[in-house]
Amino acid sequence: MSATNLFEQQRHNRRRSTLLVALFVLFFAWIGFGADLIFYLQTVNGDPGAYVHRIPLAGLASTALALGMAWFSWRRGPKQILWASGAWELVEPSRPEEQQLVNVVEEMAIASGLPRPSIWIVRDDDPNAFATGTSERDAHVAVTEGLLAALSRDQLQAVIAHEMSHIRNHDVKLMTLLAALVGVLALISEGTWRTMRFGARAGGRGGRGGGKKGGGLVLVLIVVWLISVLLAPLISRILALAVSRKREYLADATAAQFTRNPGALAEALEKIEHAAGATKAIKRGSAHLCIADPLGRRVSQRQGRVADLLATHPPMAVRIARLRRMAYQFEHTGVLPEDL
Amino acid sequence: MPWVLLILLVAIVLWGISAYNALIALKGQTINAWKQIDVQLKRRHDLIPNLVNAVKGAMEFERETLEAVIEARNQAVKVQADALPTGGVKALAQAEATLSSALSRLSVVVERYPDLKATGNVGQLQEELTSTENRVAFSRQLYNDTATSYNVKQQQFPWNLVAGLARAEVVELWEIEEPGDRDVPQVDLSMKPKA
Repeated sequence: MSATNLFEQQRHNRRRSTLLVALFVLFFAWIGFGADLIFYLQTVNGDPGAYVHRIPLAGLASTALALGMAWFSWRRGPKQILWASGAWELVEPSRPEEQQLVNVVEEMAIASGLPRPSIWIVRDDDPNAFATGTSERDAHVAVTEGLLAALSRDQLQAVIAHEMSHIRNHDVKLMTLLAALVGVLALISEGTWRTMRFGARAGGRGGRGGGKKGGGLVLVLIVVWLISVLLAPLISRILALAVSRKREYLADATAAQFTRNPGALAEALEKIEHAAGATKAIKRGSAHLCIADPLGRRVSQRQGRVADLLATHPPMAVRIARLRRMAYQFEHTGVLPEDL
Repeated sequence: MPWVLLILLVAIVLWGISAYNALIALKGQTINAWKQIDVQLKRRHDLIPNLVNAVKGAMEFERETLEAVIEARNQAVKVQADALPTGGVKALAQAEATLSSALSRLSVVVERYPDLKATGNVGQLQEELTSTENRVAFSRQLYNDTATSYNVKQQQFPWNLVAGLARAEVVELWEIEEPGDRDVPQVDLSMKPKA
């Protein structure tokens, strides 16, 4: 990738991060103020002297909450993700594999011209790896124990190069933000589902006193409000996936630039794919951070509309084929193609 | 009319400043990349005596290989002392290439002694050596990439107009010219003790 492409990509990522946070806050504002509006419309025509909901307390509270969470995710997102995966930081390597990992990361830091990221190990036998962080200076690379056991030195190097590419292209910040915010949304939506089910059971008796006061507008508002709360996690997840898939091809290409060995990454991906199990330590919300889909879903092998929509990663076979083609070209012409 | 001239002049001066700064930034990056090579080469040079000491006892009759490594290492240390991007890169590249082939010959010999690999810290040292070789290779790659864009920029029109002002000089790339250095090292596997 040439320098202009790199800056383009970095700027692109920065813009998307800002947009993402803005959307997140706006969504929460809508949830809060929407509820206020519904409540207001329901109480404004009530009996004189009864309570009228005029001050949008819910809206103010939820917006403040969203701002707080966005700020927290921005600052603490990486730590949160590492903590959720149960990773431990490798500071003093004691076993030979650990020493090798440290060496490989340092080599790749040199090749990419980046500061050395901190290294984390996830206790999981399924081979996988991810990168997180907020900037080049605050970057973390995590690999599973299964990865260390399964890959040769060159293959490990290729995987680390792929993760370092995410750091250099500034993908990590956007992807970490997505993981953190998607997680929050999922939690809230789940809570709403549960409350609704509970409410439906309890709603038989009592109730609100009928729909005579609000009329059609309130009903529409309530429906739209509920739909947006319930569908938000699904939409945000699809968004997360769309964002991450393109980046995987780019990171594969950049990794090949760093190692000048596209074949090793193809072999590593094959090994990871063949292991095919689920990486249990990595939660659903951070799936798009990993080098291979940690959920072990079979969609990653198909190409097609539905698969495209739901997969966090482009089909493994396509990635491997592209890398192999790159390796072939490199071997025969001595020139590494700029793009996959 | 004087206004047009004035605006033109200001535009030229502004461009000149930004071009000057761009060249200086590239120069800084090149020097930085060079320092990285320096650090990695030093690491490599420091590692070799340890490695030689670790294998020396078990490989008495491979003296020739060991001596070749030590000699190449000492030569490289000497050349490194006065190599700069603007001169001496070729000589250093040459010395390091000689050292590399001596080292790979040693590695092949060590492979013939499974006991040696298992005992002591030879296995560890070999991992260190592999890593160091990679670090040297990657820092060279980074240096060559940065130096190439620096060289191209300062010779391109119109940047060449401010190149003198920024004291930009064409730097040498780390290249190995002798075709023999790209060959696979020849190894004698006959196991005959050397005379």
